[in-house]
Amino acid sequence: MKTSTEHRRPDPEALLRQVQAAEEYESRGRLKIFLGYASGVGKSHKMLDEGRRRHDRGQDVVVGAIQPKIDREIAHLLQKLEIIPLQEIQAEGVRYQVMDLQTILRRHPSACLVDGLAYDNPPDAAHAYRWQDVEQLLTSGISVITTINLGYIKELQDDVERVTGRRVAQTVPVEFIRGADEIEVVDAPASACIQREGATAEDIAARRHQFAELREVALVLAADVVDRQLERYLERSGVPQVFGTQERVMVCLTPRANGIRMLEVGRRIKESFHGELIAGYVDNQQLSDEDKSSLETNLELARKAGAKIEVLSGSDPMDAILEFAKQKGITQLFVGHSMRDGWKARLFGSPLDRLLRKRQGLDVRVFPH
Amino acid sequence: MTEHPSGKLKIFLGFAAGVGKTYQMLEEAQELKQRGVDVVVGYFEPHGRKDTIAMTDGLEAIPRRKVEYRGAAFEEMDTEAILGRHPAVCIVDEFPHTNVPGSKWNKRWEDVLAMLAAGIDVYTTMNIQHLESLNDQVAQVSGVRVRETIPDWVMEQASEVVMVDLTPRALLNRLERGVVYSPEKAKLAINNFFRESTLAALREMALRQTAHEVGARHGDSDSERNGPEGNAPYRSDEKLMVVVSQDPASVALIRRAKRVADFIGADCMAVAVMKPGEKSAEMRGRIEKHLNFARNLHVDARILESPETAEALVQFARANNITQIYMIWPRRAAWLPLFIRNDLQKVVRMARDMQVTIVDDRRYMQEQERQKEAAPTRPPE
Repeated sequence: MKTSTEHRRPDPEALLRQVQAAEEYESRGRLKIFLGYASGVGKSHKMLDEGRRRHDRGQDVVVGAIQPKIDREIAHLLQKLEIIPLQEIQAEGVRYQVMDLQTILRRHPSACLVDGLAYDNPPDAAHAYRWQDVEQLLTSGISVITTINLGYIKELQDDVERVTGRRVAQTVPVEFIRGADEIEVVDAPASACIQREGATAEDIAARRHQFAELREVALVLAADVVDRQLERYLERSGVPQVFGTQERVMVCLTPRANGIRMLEVGRRIKESFHGELIAGYVDNQQLSDEDKSSLETNLELARKAGAKIEVLSGSDPMDAILEFAKQKGITQLFVGHSMRDGWKARLFGSPLDRLLRKRQGLDVRVFPH
Repeated sequence: MTEHPSGKLKIFLGFAAGVGKTYQMLEEAQELKQRGVDVVVGYFEPHGRKDTIAMTDGLEAIPRRKVEYRGAAFEEMDTEAILGRHPAVCIVDEFPHTNVPGSKWNKRWEDVLAMLAAGIDVYTTMNIQHLESLNDQVAQVSGVRVRETIPDWVMEQASEVVMVDLTPRALLNRLERGVVYSPEKAKLAINNFFRESTLAALREMALRQTAHEVGARHGDSDSERNGPEGNAPYRSDEKLMVVVSQDPASVALIRRAKRVADFIGADCMAVAVMKPGEKSAEMRGRIEKHLNFARNLHVDARILESPETAEALVQFARANNITQIYMIWPRRAAWLPLFIRNDLQKVVRMARDMQVTIVDDRRYMQEQERQKEAAPTRPPE
């Protein structure tokens, strides 16, 4: 059995990264997102309620943006909180609701509530989008609590449109959402399935099905946010990634590997487990032209399968792969194997045997070719 | 007896004590009652939480059954009484509970299956830690080996899985305010099972599992996973074979392979090879134990008799249209030279028409974790 490598002396660069990550984390405001997948289920209400609770606990909270239409309950919650009014700006015949960024920055509260993250700013504003305003608040050390609906996240619009048949114009990039410190999915209550008076049983069933599908997308996004949080936490505290909270498949590509099969299986695993797919290859200058072109074909397949491509380098390919896999918390490694061993492999063990002996904390799947 | 449709199961899934599973379940029970549904509380664990206890107001509770075992008094859910009362919906807290020995059913989930069979709908609560196929991952993440588990096929019976979510920060606030446990117990909990990173990891697992459960029930938007009718569960043409031995790591191997099989919609079977005339009753016993573990997870299991392990496995696999073999790296005697191949290396070289997955024995990582932490960690609940 291999002995632990976790207690070896940390390398100085890793320590520096850890300190920098911790410092950045300390000086930055925290971003909390209430994520909804249906409108009118009470995201704003939840956000304001949290703002009120923080205010009652003595935190300095202001409201930086609120939706134009508010109901009585929300008006009631707003009474207790300080509001920095939105600016209404007319530009080229379009009316914009713009957050008063400068006033908020000058006022510098501990936390700012921003209802609705997906708004475009007018052409001459400092930032084109409201989420960029929010980013500036965060870098200035102001925490932000905000709301967004799934349909307003750029990369998820195809998924949402397929379910609802609707698509909105204003969006926020998913990367911004993934970087949140906290995320909460706001569920649609069962009553939300009854859209209007006199909805038939079929209407309600169809809507319930719709919600279930949207909920799945929302939960996976929330899981991604949590995963990112965890990664950053581990980075700050210098704990190496050993968690198996999500399936991460790494396909090791070589010129000879059966790329089609490995990537197809990898894609299926990624989709059914809502995990991650990575295609890695070890940079080797000494490839023949023929090998180069077949590797290129495999990389193209990997891109099509939605895999992240990683180029590794190292004098020993197996070590390079294992080191990378350990760092990234890979749970499944796919390798090709020709099954033909030369005399050297017979005597000293093939690279595959070495890989199997040295691997720690991950499964290896061998694909014959 | 008249034919009746079986009851529906709804699971409130959480990732730790105190996220509000029981509260939300009772809240829905109250709504049902208001709508005139005949709902009773079959089992409720108050844990001294005032808000939750208040939620039971006005709900009919079936008195618990008092049991004596080895001189101590226990209280269990009175399933016979519930079956006799036959409500439309029964509320059952703590799904993974193990009953006191001598009860008609060993596990509370077996009580629940009996109610469902009788046509009673059941609402119940559990944490992600208790799902059988995640047992090893949970141990890895939290350093805690959970003993009371729910087999995945039981969770599959649920017509609805709802995740009761809370951010770890909010949960820790609750703990600090003493909502979940008494102050001393809360302090202990925060230092152990309730570390923020552990909570985040468990929450992530619960979110992904719930997304999977929702997808499996409603059909993914990805058409590939849907059957021709749209809603039929997707069955793949893959078939997995798990190679079981006397090695204790076989248990984790079976869990892992079954989980992969379930997720990709494939069949799974377990096989052990014994040499003819194998005398060791102890070895036989260990292998039988592992095969029974597989059977409990609804994995078809059998023993092959052959002097040549690798050949027997590959032949059997071909005869049964296996597409993937799951094995562990066998422990080899230290004195064996490297060029003598072990059974796994032989299988990899012979099974050229199949994929072979070598599953890691992740237990050594927990060993490392345990050595790092002097204090033992237990999930308080």
